[in-house]
Amino acid sequence: MRALCWNGVNDLRVETVPDPQILNDHDVILRIRLSTACGSDLHLVGGYVPFARSGDVLGHEFLGEVVEVGSAVRRHRVGDRVVVNSFIACGSCWYCTQQEYTLCDNSNPNPGITETTWGQSIGGCFGYTHATGGFAGSHAEYVRVPFADVGAFPVPEGLSDTAALFASDAAPTGWMGAELGGVRPGDVVAVWGAGGVGQMAARAAILLGAERVVVIDRLPERLGQARDRIGADVLDYTATDVVGELRELSGGRGPDVCIEAVGMEAHTPGLQHAYDKVKQQLFLQTDRPSAVREAVMACRKGGSVFVLGVFAALVDKFPLGAVMNKGLTLRGAQQHGQRWTPMLLERIAAGELPTEHLATHVMPLEQAPEGFRLFKEKEDGCVRAVFDPSR
Amino acid sequence: MKRSVLASIALAGAGAGAGAAVARRFRAGAEAGAGALRWHVVTVLRAPEEVLVDGTPPQPLADLGDAVEVRVQPAPGDRGTELAVRMRPSAPPPRDGQDPRRVLRTALRESKQLLEAGSVLRVDPRPAGRRKATPTGALLDAVVRRAPGEGAL
Ligand SMILES: NC(=O)c1ccc[n+]([C@@H]2O[C@H](COP(=O)([O-])OP(=O)(O)OC[C@H]3O[C@@H](n4cnc5c(N)ncnc54)[C@H](O)[C@@H]3O)[C@@H](O)[C@H]2O)c1
Ligand SMILES: [Zn+2]
Ligand SMILES: [Zn+2]
Repeated sequence: MRALCWNGVNDLRVETVPDPQILNDHDVILRIRLSTACGSDLHLVGGYVPFARSGDVLGHEFLGEVVEVGSAVRRHRVGDRVVVNSFIACGSCWYCTQQEYTLCDNSNPNPGITETTWGQSIGGCFGYTHATGGFAGSHAEYVRVPFADVGAFPVPEGLSDTAALFASDAAPTGWMGAELGGVRPGDVVAVWGAGGVGQMAARAAILLGAERVVVIDRLPERLGQARDRIGADVLDYTATDVVGELRELSGGRGPDVCIEAVGMEAHTPGLQHAYDKVKQQLFLQTDRPSAVREAVMACRKGGSVFVLGVFAALVDKFPLGAVMNKGLTLRGAQQHGQRWTPMLLERIAAGELPTEHLATHVMPLEQAPEGFRLFKEKEDGCVRAVFDPSR
Repeated sequence: MKRSVLASIALAGAGAGAGAAVARRFRAGAEAGAGALRWHVVTVLRAPEEVLVDGTPPQPLADLGDAVEVRVQPAPGDRGTELAVRMRPSAPPPRDGQDPRRVLRTALRESKQLLEAGSVLRVDPRPAGRRKATPTGALLDAVVRRAPGEGAL
C-alpha cells in the first residue's frame, strides 16, 4: 500500500510499504477514508518529539471502513464505517476502567522508553514514534487497529466523513480540556491556540455553559473561524497585551479556566521567543512553553489551567510561584477519546459542534508532503490538511 | 534531580541524542547490580485467585521456574492484586547473559497483559518504509529491542 513515511526532520515521503495484518484477535484492519494532519504531527515532523525512526508511517486522527476483523472482535463487522481514537487502550486495566484511556497499562509494547523519561509509561498511539509503541499510523491506505471494540466507533448514518473525522482526536481533546478543566455555567474561559484543538475546546466550553469564551491566536483566518463558526470572542496576541485584555474581559478577575492548545512550539512576539528558541535548539529545554506561562499568569486566583498542547520533557522559566500562591489547579493529559467520542458524534450530527470547516485542504494521500508544508507554514489559510487515499 | 539525569532527559529532546540518552540510562540501570534481588511489582485488576491459580502464576512467570519467587496480595482500593517477583539469590544468572531484571520485567508485563487483556499485544510485522541505516537509527533500533524489558519497574 501507499503510506506517508517520516524520513528525518522535515523530510516526509509517500512510499510503498507492506500492508498491515491482523496480529491479535481484537484487531481490525481499516481501509482509510480520511486521515488528518494534527498539530501533534508537526512536533514530530520537526524533530521535537524524539524516538521516530526513518520509515515510520505517521497519522493518528482518522476514519475508515472495516475490511477485516479479528476473531475476538464483537462490535464491528466488515463494511462498518468507524472513527478511531488516536490512543490505543485495552479497556480492561484499572486506568481504562477509570476512563483514563491514554494511561492504559497494556497498550504500549515499549514501556521502557517512557518509564525511563517520565517515571511511568503511557498507552500506545498510532503513528507517534516508538516511545508510544511504534504502531504504524493512518496516513496510509490501510491501518491495523488493536482493541477495536474499545477504540473504534460507528459513524451515524447521514454524517459526512469530513465532519465525523474530528471526533477521533481534535474534538475529544478540546472537550477534555473544558470538562476536566472544570468549566461551569457562568465561567469565563480563555483558550490559547485557534487550531482544530483550540476551536474544539472553545466550543466545548460554550456547550458546558461558559458565559464568555475568548480564543487567542495571531492568524486572522483561524481567529475568524473561532468567532464565526465557534461563537467565541477572539484576541490577536501580536496586537494586544493578552493578560491585560483578559483581565478586562473578566471583570478584573482573570479567566476561571485557561486552556492551552498550542504546545511545545509556541510562538511569542519579542525577546522571550528568541530566549526559548535558542534554549530549545541547544537542548537546554526541550519545549517552548510561552502560552502555558501566559495562561498561568492570566488565570484567576483558585482557577484552573489545562495543558492540551503536547510537551516532551523539560521547560524553563516556569512560573511555579504563581501556580502555588494563586492556588491554581494545573492539569494536562493526552485525550481520553474513548470516553467522549460517541457523545461528540451525536453532538456533531445534531449541529451543536461544527467541525467540517476545519478541513480546509482535503487532498490525495500522494500530496501529503505538500499538505504538511501548508499546515506547518499555515499557508493558504490551512487549518487542517486532510488526506483521502481514494483520490 | 541529579545532574546526570537532568542532562540525559534534556538530551532526550534532541532527535539524534534521544536514543543515545535512553540507551545510556538502560545501561546505567544494568550496572546497578544487586537490584535484581528486590521485588518487582505490578498491580493486576484481577482477584488474587485468578492471578495465582492453584498456586501457579501466569505462564510467563511459571516459565521462570525455581529461579524466581512469586508473591501476591490484594491491592488496596479495589485495584485488584499486587503481583510481585524476585530472583532467588541462589538462582544462576540467565544463560544469555541478560540483566535478570529485564527477564523479570518482561515476564511481569506479559503476565499482566494476559490476565487483563487476554493476550500479549504484538506490533511486528508492521508497515514501514525504508529504514535508513544510520548510527542514530541503529541506536534507536537497539533501544526499541530492549524497551519491553527496561524501565522503572
Ligand atoms: N492532549 C492531546 O491529546 C492532544 C491531541 C491533539 C493535539 N494536541 C496538541 O494540541 C496542540 C494544538 O493542536 P492543533 O492541531 O490545533 O495545532 P495547530 O498547529 O493547528 O494550532 C496551534 C495554534 O497555536 C497558535 N499559537 C502559537 N503560539 C501561540 C501563542 N503564544 N499564543 C496563542 N496561540 C499560539 C498557532 O498560531 C496555531 O494556530 C498541539 O500541541 C498538539 O500537539 C494534543
Ligand atoms: Zn492529534
Ligand atoms: Zn487499559
